[in-house]
Amino acid sequence: MTATGDAEQPIPHPALWGVLYRNSTPFWEAVKRHELELQRCAQCGHWLVPPRPMCPKCRSADSEWVPVSGHGTIYSWVTYHESPHPAFEVPYSVVLVELDEGVRLVSNPVDIASDELEIGMPVDVVFEDIDDDLTLFKFTRAA
Amino acid sequence: MLQEYVERSYRPDLKPSVASNLIKDNTAIVGIGATEFSRDSGRDELDMACEAIKAAVDDAGLTMDDIDGLETFTLERTSMPTLVGSLGIPNLRFSNQISFGGGASCANVMHAAAAVATGVADYVVCYRSLNEASGHRYGRGDGYVGYLSEAPTLHYGYFFPFGLLTPLSWAGMYGMRWMHEFGVEPEHIGWYPVVLRENAQRNPKAIFHDKPMTHQDYMECQMIVEPLRMFDCCVDTDGAAAVVVTTAERAKDLKQPPAHILAAAQSSPPEQEIQTSYNRPIITGLPETWYMAQELFRVAGVSPADIDVAQLYDPFSLGGLVQLEELGFCERGEGAAFCEGGDRIRPDGELPLNTSGGLLSEAYIHGYNLIIEAVRQIRGTSTSQVENAELSLVTGGPGVPTSGLILRR
Amino acid sequence: MEYVPGIPILKPSIDADNKPFWDAVANHELVLQKCRACDVYHQPPRPMCPECKSMDTLEWVQSSGRGQIYSYVNFTTDRMAYPAMKVPYAVVLIELDEGVRLVSNMIDIEPDEIEIGMPVEVVFDDISEDLTLYKFKKRAA
Repeated sequence: MTATGDAEQPIPHPALWGVLYRNSTPFWEAVKRHELELQRCAQCGHWLVPPRPMCPKCRSADSEWVPVSGHGTIYSWVTYHESPHPAFEVPYSVVLVELDEGVRLVSNPVDIASDELEIGMPVDVVFEDIDDDLTLFKFTRAA
Repeated sequence: MLQEYVERSYRPDLKPSVASNLIKDNTAIVGIGATEFSRDSGRDELDMACEAIKAAVDDAGLTMDDIDGLETFTLERTSMPTLVGSLGIPNLRFSNQISFGGGASCANVMHAAAAVATGVADYVVCYRSLNEASGHRYGRGDGYVGYLSEAPTLHYGYFFPFGLLTPLSWAGMYGMRWMHEFGVEPEHIGWYPVVLRENAQRNPKAIFHDKPMTHQDYMECQMIVEPLRMFDCCVDTDGAAAVVVTTAERAKDLKQPPAHILAAAQSSPPEQEIQTSYNRPIITGLPETWYMAQELFRVAGVSPADIDVAQLYDPFSLGGLVQLEELGFCERGEGAAFCEGGDRIRPDGELPLNTSGGLLSEAYIHGYNLIIEAVRQIRGTSTSQVENAELSLVTGGPGVPTSGLILRR
Repeated sequence: MEYVPGIPILKPSIDADNKPFWDAVANHELVLQKCRACDVYHQPPRPMCPECKSMDTLEWVQSSGRGQIYSYVNFTTDRMAYPAMKVPYAVVLIELDEGVRLVSNMIDIEPDEIEIGMPVEVVFDDISEDLTLYKFKKRAA
C-alpha cells in the first residue's frame, strides 16, 4: 500500500511529536538518512522503545543510539477497509514487526497485498521518501 | 451567595469532626526533589519529570519499585503512562490529575495523603514539570491568538474580545479595586517583592540569585499592566519538582525527618471563575483562599499566630498580599501595610514569607517549589532557615479553586 | 482605543445559555438574565438559578445600560497585551445599575482619564459583519 500523499491532507508528521518528546528526534533523523537506529540503555543494555529519558529496568539516564539489522517477522497486522484520514486510501494494512533485536515497531507493508499478509512472515526494512520533510520506514518480504 | 464569606461567619460546628480526618498527623512528606531551575532547559518536560521524581525517591531512601501512586496537574503535558514506562514503576495502583493550574499544587499532596491514609496506595509521588519560560507560557494570553478565532471557554467570551486575556490583567482588575478601596499605594506593595528577592540572594538555586533588587528598583521598573509592574510578576521558569507522600507510620523507617501533614484543604466557593470572578459581592478578596484557610486551621487546631513560616503562592505580588488577609494574618485591606518596611516578613520576623524567594524570585514550578521549601523549613535545611520552625504553611494558586497545607515536625 | 488592522478580534463562544445575550448585542441591545422568582440578576447566564435552583424561572430583561466604572486595568506595554489592540488601552469593569458587572472598553476617553466611580452608559460597536461588542462611554452623573 502507499499513502495518497494528498497535498491538502498531509500525513501527520512525526516531528510534531518531537516538540513534546525530543527523545525521539535521533530516531527520525536516522530514518531520514535511510538508517534504522534504536535507543539502548548504556548501563544494562535494555532496548528503549519507544525512546525515553530513563531506563525503566535500571533507572539509568545514560543511553546510546545503536544501528539495528532491520530484519524481523510480522508479529501482527490489521487492514483498513474504511479510511480514517484523507491521506490514506483503502484498503491498506498496518503491520507490527518484531525485529531480531526483540523490539516491535508499527509500520506499513510494501509490495505485500493484504491477503498475503501472515503472522511470522520474514521482512526487511525499506525506506520511503514521502516528501522533502518526511521519510518513513516500511517493511517488505525478506529476500 | 457568599454571605458567609462577606460576613466572615464560617460555621465550623456544621463540619465533620476533626477526629474523623484521616490525613491529620497520619501522613507525611518524606522525599523532595527538583531539577535545576532555568530560563531555557533545552530538555523535554518528560526528561525533567524523570530527574525530579528520581531525586525525590532517592531523597526519601526509597526505590522506584516502592512507588505505586502518581499525582499531578491536568495541565501537565508529560503523559502519565509514558512517564510510568520510563520510571519503570511496577504497578501504578493510584493516579490522579487536578485542574485549574496552580490551585492544584497543595491539592496534589492532599489527594496523595488521602490515598495513603485510606490504603489505596503506599507511596505516592506528586510532580510537576514545565518549560514555562522556553515552551508553552501560561502567563501569555496571546498564545491563544493566531490559532483560535473564538474565546476558548464560554466565560472567557466576556473578557477576551475586550483585550483582557492575560492572568496579569485578570488579577490587576481585582488589584485596582483593592488599592482604591483600601488606599494602597504602589510603594506599599513593593516591600513584599523586595523581601522575597533578598531571600533569593541566599538561595543558589533561585533564578534571581545574584540579582538583588532595592525598593527603588521596584518603583522604577516597567509598568506592564497598570496597576502591576514587572517585579510584581512571577518568574517564568523551566524545571520540574516532585515530593513523595506516605503514612506517618512508614515515614518512621525512612531516611529523612518527616514533614507531617497537620492539615490539608481545598476550596471552590460559588461564583468561581478562573481568575475572573468579577460578579462576586466583593472582588478585593480571595474567597477560595478564605474558605480553604477556615478548614485548614479548623482541622489543624491551630491559629494563624501559631504559624512559624509560610510559603504563599504568589503569581503576582498582590496575590501574596491579599492571601495574608484571607489566611487571617492581618485584617482585610492590610496586607500591604503588614509588609511595610519588610521586617515582619523577613526570616527573623514574626511571619517569615517565601523563604526560598517564592514564585517571584526563586522559580515558578506551579507552586511545587513552595511545597519543597515548606518541607525544608520543617527539616531545618532552608537557605533562609527560620529558627525552630515547627509549623510550616503553604498555599496553592489564588483566584482559582485552591488548596493549602500545614506541615509540622 | 484602536484596533490593529489585520488581526481578528477573538469572538465570544456561544452556547444555549448565553446565545440570547450575544444575539441581543448584535441587535444593539443589552439584556441580562434574571430569576423572576428571586428577583435577582445573574451574570454570566446559567441554566439554573444558583439561589433557588429553579431551571424555569430565568428570563431575559432589558438592561438600563447605565452604571459606573467599578475597576479597570491599563495595558501600558506590548508585553501581555492583546496584539489586536494598540497600546495603551484600558479594559474596564462596569457595575450596571442592576448590580451585575461586565468587562468592556471605554470609547471617546484616554486611558489616563479613567476613574473608578465614573458614570457610564452603553454604546455598541459593530466591529465586523459578524461581531458587535458592547462598550461604554462617559455620561453626566
